[in-house]
Amino acid sequence: MTHRSVGWTDQRVELIIGNLLRAGVVLAAVVVLAGAAIYLVRHGSAAPHYAVFQGEPTDLRSPSGVIAEAAKLQGRAIIQLGLLILLATPVARVAFSVFAFAMERDRLYVIVTLIVLAVLVFSLAGGTL
Amino acid sequence: MNTIELTILIWVGSLLAGFLGALTGLGGGIIITPLLTLAFGIDIRYAIGATLVSVIATSSGAAAAYVKEGFSNIRIGMFLEIATTVGAVVGASLAARLPTTTIAVIFGMVLLYSAYVSSRGIHESAGDGQPDRLATLLRMDSSYPTPDGPRSYHVHAVPAGFGLMFGAGALSGLLGIGSGALKVIAMDQAMRIPFKVSTTTSNFMIGVTAAASAAIYLRRGYIDPGLAMPVMLGVLMGSMIGARVLTGARTGVLRLVFGVVVAVLAIEMIYHGLTGRL
Repeated sequence: MTHRSVGWTDQRVELIIGNLLRAGVVLAAVVVLAGAAIYLVRHGSAAPHYAVFQGEPTDLRSPSGVIAEAAKLQGRAIIQLGLLILLATPVARVAFSVFAFAMERDRLYVIVTLIVLAVLVFSLAGGTL
Repeated sequence: MNTIELTILIWVGSLLAGFLGALTGLGGGIIITPLLTLAFGIDIRYAIGATLVSVIATSSGAAAAYVKEGFSNIRIGMFLEIATTVGAVVGASLAARLPTTTIAVIFGMVLLYSAYVSSRGIHESAGDGQPDRLATLLRMDSSYPTPDGPRSYHVHAVPAGFGLMFGAGALSGLLGIGSGALKVIAMDQAMRIPFKVSTTTSNFMIGVTAAASAAIYLRRGYIDPGLAMPVMLGVLMGSMIGARVLTGARTGVLRLVFGVVVAVLAIEMIYHGLTGRL
């Protein structure tokens, strides 16, 4: 007997999510490459300074700061924007899973997934312990 | 050495790490931080920030390929992610309070353990036995494809697996690694989930776990774009090439060689940490 599953099966949902994630990674890599080109052309001959930890300037520590600087075509900020897109891909995966479990009417896992999403949002919003 | 030269060298090193990481299944992340700190003299906090970013890239980039194989179990993964993400937030918060030398020593010990696991190989669970009440309640039991058709499995010891996952998440947040080896052990050894299901489910958990701590690292200014750029691009390309080569490749000898490399790096990390040079 063949069993045809119609609608939101785990496998189908996972495949959509998988492709979504890959698209996010490709987009992130392209943005990082663009930023890298600007950064290396302008600052490539400068001496690096990674031996001493100073921490990044505040502009590069928050999404709003990164976007504002990237709009000025600042190379390092554009790279950071690409990294933010990359960081958003797992968050998008979890958010999409909430929706998918809701479509499957799996209430238990809607709650489980919402807890994971809450931890991610807590961390993104600047929460630490 | 100027910025362009350093960027190219780090890119090549990360490419190689990503390639070997994919072939051995250990992930490229665990050898990048030792490479950046020991070979290039980069501060361990910058190194951890850059590695964390590359871990997300490999996890998200490989997700679609793993899903097609039909092994990953999203319910097991999502439930255990409660433990790994909370662990990651704890680990990343701890990272700011511990001296870098202590982090280096812990890093070295985790590396040593990974080398041991890599050379020994992992005992493969079949996922048989009696159904477990909690696992049934959480609808974790499922099946995976085999040449003889789908084979069903039962999940066991959910609380033990959950606890181990918290530890894996905390180490991931503290050291900026994917903790893939630890995650597989929690699922394979403790919860007796079939090996293929463990590894593919672990892959998607790694990205979500890393994102939880990466956000904290970003706010602390540990993620330097100039450094994270060659690491992320290198590891991503290397692991994609590695995943292609993997089909049909004999990995036994390679695992052993990689295990030895990791062990040497581990001892150097511990030594440098103890002598206060990191």
